[in-house]
Amino acid sequence: METLERIIADHPFFAGLESYYTNLLTGCASNVRFEKGTYIFREGEEANEFYLIRAGKVAVEIFAPQRKPIMLATVAEGEVLGWSWLLPPYQWRFHAHAIETVRAIALDGKCLRTKCEQNHDLGYEILKRFAQIMEQRLEATRFQLLDVYAVGK
Amino acid sequence: MTMATATTTDPMLPQPYSVRQVVKETADTFTLTLEPSNGAGGNRFQPGQFSMLWVFGVGELPISISGDPAERNRLAYTVRSVGQATHALVSREVGGAVGVRGPFGTGWPVEKAEGRDVLVVAGGIGLAPLRPVIYEVLHHREKYGRLVVLYGARSPRELLYRKELAAWARQHETQVLSTVDYGGLSWRGQVGVVTTLFKYARLQPERSLAFACGPEIMMRFVARDLETRGLARENIYLSMERNMKCALGFCGHCQYGPHFICKDGPIFRYDQMRPLLEKYEL
Repeated sequence: METLERIIADHPFFAGLESYYTNLLTGCASNVRFEKGTYIFREGEEANEFYLIRAGKVAVEIFAPQRKPIMLATVAEGEVLGWSWLLPPYQWRFHAHAIETVRAIALDGKCLRTKCEQNHDLGYEILKRFAQIMEQRLEATRFQLLDVYAVGK
Repeated sequence: MTMATATTTDPMLPQPYSVRQVVKETADTFTLTLEPSNGAGGNRFQPGQFSMLWVFGVGELPISISGDPAERNRLAYTVRSVGQATHALVSREVGGAVGVRGPFGTGWPVEKAEGRDVLVVAGGIGLAPLRPVIYEVLHHREKYGRLVVLYGARSPRELLYRKELAAWARQHETQVLSTVDYGGLSWRGQVGVVTTLFKYARLQPERSLAFACGPEIMMRFVARDLETRGLARENIYLSMERNMKCALGFCGHCQYGPHFICKDGPIFRYDQMRPLLEKYEL
């Protein structure tokens, strides 16, 4: 049977992380499952965790008044969902909607923040990995804003 | 004075073709299949080449060939109706006449891809010039490694060849992934720009050849990301587009830096294009 530590170590988000750190992370981790159609979190709720997606697909959505939800992006197997746990005010900025049944590892944000404060090397490792995800998603969003396939572009 | 007599090999003389089939792909995009009107064999082409299509009385358009290179007597073109000439072209009815010059230009280097993984990255109508590559690889599956098709469109309604995408995905050693920039509520596929699909592509960068076609800015993002992921610049090919008129390198309309897109391209290696892609207003 796969251990939580093995699953964390094998997830692309933590690729190459030393076993000492994966062991520390495991203490904050749990296996979770979200049925298709459920919301993993909603905008404004307290952000106390993030998710390593193992299977399934999540739509990151935003609600606008008098409009149906707008799907901003999808996050799927091998990716990480959520970084609002990392920065104050620790509140979700968007909705996360399981559009397929999702299996994931949830990492407790409060637990992890405490460990990062105690062990800055771990904190730096985590921050570097999240910074890379933020950079990739920022670039993808800028590219998306260009609306390159529109007629006349 | 004697008038010069054009021969059938005169590249400036359109050959008479007639429309055999018109398929509506999206609200504004159609695929026309043409056959020679005189019953003669059609022009053979390499994946990536284009033709000049005459809509008599309206004008002439450069259009990439989007059909199967193995179909000798038919030429298919996927055309987005965005102006007077393209509208007239897609409005041709079955049996209607269209003049065809070509094929012109360089093709995708499919021979160089033999023995390697083939990565096809398409954006919007950019899938059309790449579809012949996909046919070519699927017809000669034993010659190539994995085939990975990554396709981005503006919205689910604007995805081309949806049935074929699903059929290709069922082929041996073939991975097909689509994404849209704006997903509707009923869309259950990927949402995000085409480069967000790279992380799901199962291929070995060091033994891959990439063919990309789409808006120029998309290709710039794609090529840069592929390079970051380990593909050498000389193994990334782009299909460029400029206003082509004569298609023979005489008129200069399609000049792009030192290149004529019609004659030297439209397919270029990324290392050739990179300095030009970063120049303003070129």
